[in-house]
Amino acid sequence: MDAILKILEENALASPDFIAECLNCDAEEVRRKIKKMEEDKVILGYKAIVDDEKAERTVVRAVIEVKITPEREGGFNRVADRIAKFQEVKSCYLMSGSYDLLVEVEGPDLKHAAAFVSQKLSTIQGVLSTATHFVLKPYKEQGTLYAQESFEDRLKVSP
Amino acid sequence: MKAEVKSRDYIAQHVQKIPRSGIRDFFEIVQSMSDVISLGIGEPDFVTPWHIREAAIYALERGKTGYTSNLGSPALRKEIARHVKLNFGISYDALTEVIVAVGVSEAIDIALRAITNPGDEVIYHEPCYVSYSPSIALAHGKAVAVATRAEDGFTLRAEELRKVITPRTKAIMLNFPTNPTGAVLERDEQEKIAALCCEHDLLVLTDEIYSDLTYLRDHQSIASLPGMKERCIFLHGFSKAYAMTGFRIGYACAPAALTEAMMRIHQYSMLCASIISQEAALEALRNGEASAAAMRDQYEQRRNYLSYHFNDMGLQCHLPKGAFYLFVDIRTTGLSSREFALKLLDEEKVAVVPGDAFGPSGEGFVRCSYATAMDQIEIAAVRIRSFVSRLKKKN
Repeated sequence: MDAILKILEENALASPDFIAECLNCDAEEVRRKIKKMEEDKVILGYKAIVDDEKAERTVVRAVIEVKITPEREGGFNRVADRIAKFQEVKSCYLMSGSYDLLVEVEGPDLKHAAAFVSQKLSTIQGVLSTATHFVLKPYKEQGTLYAQESFEDRLKVSP
Repeated sequence: MKAEVKSRDYIAQHVQKIPRSGIRDFFEIVQSMSDVISLGIGEPDFVTPWHIREAAIYALERGKTGYTSNLGSPALRKEIARHVKLNFGISYDALTEVIVAVGVSEAIDIALRAITNPGDEVIYHEPCYVSYSPSIALAHGKAVAVATRAEDGFTLRAEELRKVITPRTKAIMLNFPTNPTGAVLERDEQEKIAALCCEHDLLVLTDEIYSDLTYLRDHQSIASLPGMKERCIFLHGFSKAYAMTGFRIGYACAPAALTEAMMRIHQYSMLCASIISQEAALEALRNGEASAAAMRDQYEQRRNYLSYHFNDMGLQCHLPKGAFYLFVDIRTTGLSSREFALKLLDEEKVAVVPGDAFGPSGEGFVRCSYATAMDQIEIAAVRIRSFVSRLKKKN
């Protein structure tokens, strides 16, 4: 299970046949295990990692520190769930330290991102304060470097 | 008056006798072509893990740019002794039994020069890494080859070894897992060979460069057998496990008298290994296990993938237990190793190394390295498959 996941985490397009050949096992078995992990939501989804600049898209991203009031029943979860469900929110984590939630937001421009914070996020009951930081330049995304290293002057044949 | 110069006379006789590496000619052909997918590479395709490179940069920043002790920095020797104890179960004294060298290649060279009197015989098993026989000759020894066979998975049989031992035999060189075959030495055979060495009072040079790249993680060094540490020179390095080939850093561990003898040569030839590489190696040993394990996992997947495809297209290859080479049996194609490699290169632009470059018993085989990115391996597998199916139609 773990070995299959490792390969899919590296490359979600790896086919069950390919995975079976890499792991020296049966392709049907791999297919069955992947299906099971998808059904059990062990695998939450598959997505492409895109360089927005190369795709010629303007995207504004911000990370927002959010302080919220925990509730008697459910603690932070109800407010966190509510925030996480917005389409603009790309990720949402409960944090230790000086704030409670770290929310990553994406929008087509600054106006949209700012409007989301002022009109949606900060008006949710239980949200005490927000501090918004805009992303200036990404260097690494989900473990993938934007500027990938290559070593092209490697000798073609060596002992 | 113009002096007549015969340039041949300048070259020492024992150097003249050394043949050109079989890989060299092939390398030149491949290097002159473009768009070649190469399975001919004997080094990791990974760039050295960042934390190791960063340690080298930090060393430069701190002005660590001088010599170290001839034996290598004390911190690195201490870490090497710890690593060898932990992973191989052999205790070496960091101060007197460890020497840091410029790659395992230099460690082999100084080990052979330290022990060989002119005419002493040194036995090695072939197919093997291309430098063994020349290194013995350069140390003024006589290189004696023992052939290993495909039927045995290219492992060394003690009874074959016994046949070539003479009163002049000084040492044997072992390299398991083996480049180019990926062969390993099973424990019972290892014990028989150790017994032979004791019986004939032989030294063992054990090149362990691929020992961290074993897929079952059950490697045992012959130096760890009872009574063997005293007659072993344990050679290891960082190039393969940590993808650090360009750092040129390796080491030898041996009883103090042998280490001292190697140090005498090293101090007058190299003086010491690069301090920057030593700092990088220290970081590799202290914090490199996770990155080494991640690379090992990748090699294992590629090994499985490539060996599946070779066997599926009708070219037999055993699943190597270590290193990153498949030694593929191409005898059913009716071509020689060299013909196969040249034809494959010409028709499909895939480079593999003819097996005979590693010794005569490599004839009938080609070495395919899977130290190449998976997407390249996938394309290579498709191309080799179509090449082989064309050959079969002709036959």
